[in-house]
Amino acid sequence: MKPEEIGILIVDDEASVRESLYEWFKADGYRVATAEDATSALKQLQDNPWDIILLDIKMPGMDGIELQHRIKEIDQNIVTIIITAFAAVDTAIQALKDGAFDYITKPVDPDDLSRLIRNAVEKRRLITENLQLRHQIEELQLPDQVVGESPAIKKVMEMVNTVAKTDSTVMILGESGTGKELIARAIHSRSSRRYFPIITINCGAYPEGLLESELFGHEKGSFTGAMYTRKGKLEMADKGTLFLDEIGNITEKMQMDLLRVIETKKFTRLGGDKTIDCDFRVISATNKDLEKAIREGSFREDLYYRLNVFSVVLPPLRERRSDIPLIARYFLNKYARSMNKNVTDFSPQALETFSAYDWPGNIREVRNVVERAMVVTKGSKIQVEDLSFPFSAQATPSGGETLEDVERAHIEKILAQTRGNIAQAAEILKISRLTLYNKIEKYHLKR
Amino acid sequence: MTHISLVPIGLEDHAYLAALERFVADTFRLPTRVDAREISLQDAFDPNRQQYNSSLLLRQLIAAPPRETERILGVVDVDLFIPILTFVFGEAQLKGIGAIVSLHRLHNRFYGLPEDRELTTERLLKEAIHELGHTFGLIHCSQPQCVMNSSTYVENIDQKPAELCPACQRTIRAERGAPANDGFRFPWWGKK
Repeated sequence: MKPEEIGILIVDDEASVRESLYEWFKADGYRVATAEDATSALKQLQDNPWDIILLDIKMPGMDGIELQHRIKEIDQNIVTIIITAFAAVDTAIQALKDGAFDYITKPVDPDDLSRLIRNAVEKRRLITENLQLRHQIEELQLPDQVVGESPAIKKVMEMVNTVAKTDSTVMILGESGTGKELIARAIHSRSSRRYFPIITINCGAYPEGLLESELFGHEKGSFTGAMYTRKGKLEMADKGTLFLDEIGNITEKMQMDLLRVIETKKFTRLGGDKTIDCDFRVISATNKDLEKAIREGSFREDLYYRLNVFSVVLPPLRERRSDIPLIARYFLNKYARSMNKNVTDFSPQALETFSAYDWPGNIREVRNVVERAMVVTKGSKIQVEDLSFPFSAQATPSGGETLEDVERAHIEKILAQTRGNIAQAAEILKISRLTLYNKIEKYHLKR
Repeated sequence: MTHISLVPIGLEDHAYLAALERFVADTFRLPTRVDAREISLQDAFDPNRQQYNSSLLLRQLIAAPPRETERILGVVDVDLFIPILTFVFGEAQLKGIGAIVSLHRLHNRFYGLPEDRELTTERLLKEAIHELGHTFGLIHCSQPQCVMNSSTYVENIDQKPAELCPACQRTIRAERGAPANDGFRFPWWGKK
């Protein structure tokens, strides 16, 4: 970091100390400001970002210790250095326990001060670098993989590879829990924008005013409680991808604002008048029927077409049953690693139960069931009794009001277990193959 | 004609000033002149610290500067301090008119070593150029081979040359409004 990129704030009630430190740091090329008390220091914190703050312990009004608490509440990564008289070293030690980087006793040796500031700058540089790297890793790393070999998911992945090469908007449609965010990340990580962040916003999670502020950011004082200028998700997504989850849940005004931003790639922060240019790709997702919402007048048609240049439809898990064991094993291995448990597989019965269940909560439900089973299981294999299904008391076939319904569902389950092997299924059901053929015909079952 | 004014303050040994006059003039391509001024050392004395407040001396120095004085450099042989630091070799106004340097900690005898006048003079020249450099808008330079490199102990001063690096020269040219191709050369530049 160059000295001019570092902001140092000096807080001391003694003018001569403020001035001499000011001149000293100015000569090193730092951006420097001074404050004579805590009130003035907090005002400076609102107006500008600071990397290092030197603060005197003894000041009229709020003292340095209390001020340090306030500073850490605003930004715990600001490096604070305590200035103290020789007699008040005990208080300085208290300040160190409260998170101060170091302290200096007045007067300080110039070489000690230079070294201290060099170290503080280095610490600040490391903090900044660490935050940036963490953010990059979080954003670039695929949290989970798209797992599956069924024709349905292969078709989805082909679509992902096709749209990733373009810069068009993509709308991902699918039931809750089918992995829409995962697909958005897969598109981003295969696109030319992959070295920049993908910023996710769950549009359904915010009340209207807050969603606006989250997206567009706000200037200090733009509303009650807006004490600091804050960048919105649009700015954070610059050069990257903006993933708008649950897009079907936004208000009409928000739809209009969003349409304007997507068309012009320009916006202003709430309470601001400066136009900000932003370059991002939009991926959205919904589990709602937006075409129906358009017909009913609750979703703008122009926004829908703007967001939906490409659409990727994610099939529910019950329509790609052959992927269920793969997905279950994927989560089993993942949790075995993270929980450090020696669980290697499912028992055949447990796997049968998985395959027979309808998974109304889709992949998210598989993940939750496997995670819970991993916690409770005692052996190296997950057993049927380790499984617990949130959407039904046990893995029984749906329907089943009449004897025929029960029979139909049971045959269907066994056929799924045997992957359509008639001989095996007939043996399990203790009926002849011919009877089984007749029943398959009768109930229009798939083999 | 504008000039750099060198002002001895309570200085008993004026022999250092002759070398300073020539070197400063050569460096900044401005005439230098030794001026006698009434500056009270006593007003800047801090009895608790037994040192002299350099900021207070600088304030006296820049008050009502003589006409056509482009820069003023005060030279003392007393121990200087600013309130937050235990001592300073000198002090300057960044992009200002005034600077001050002290010989006190430049003498070898301060460190219990035999006095070496030549070395003391060399140190004084470096510190004088360094502090005047601040008045021309230069900040501390990260280049070890530049006189604007920061010095917090005397060995630092000995390690660096008395010369400005090309980047700092360019800054001074810009500060003085001199074009890059005016033939303006710093005396040491071009020497091998």
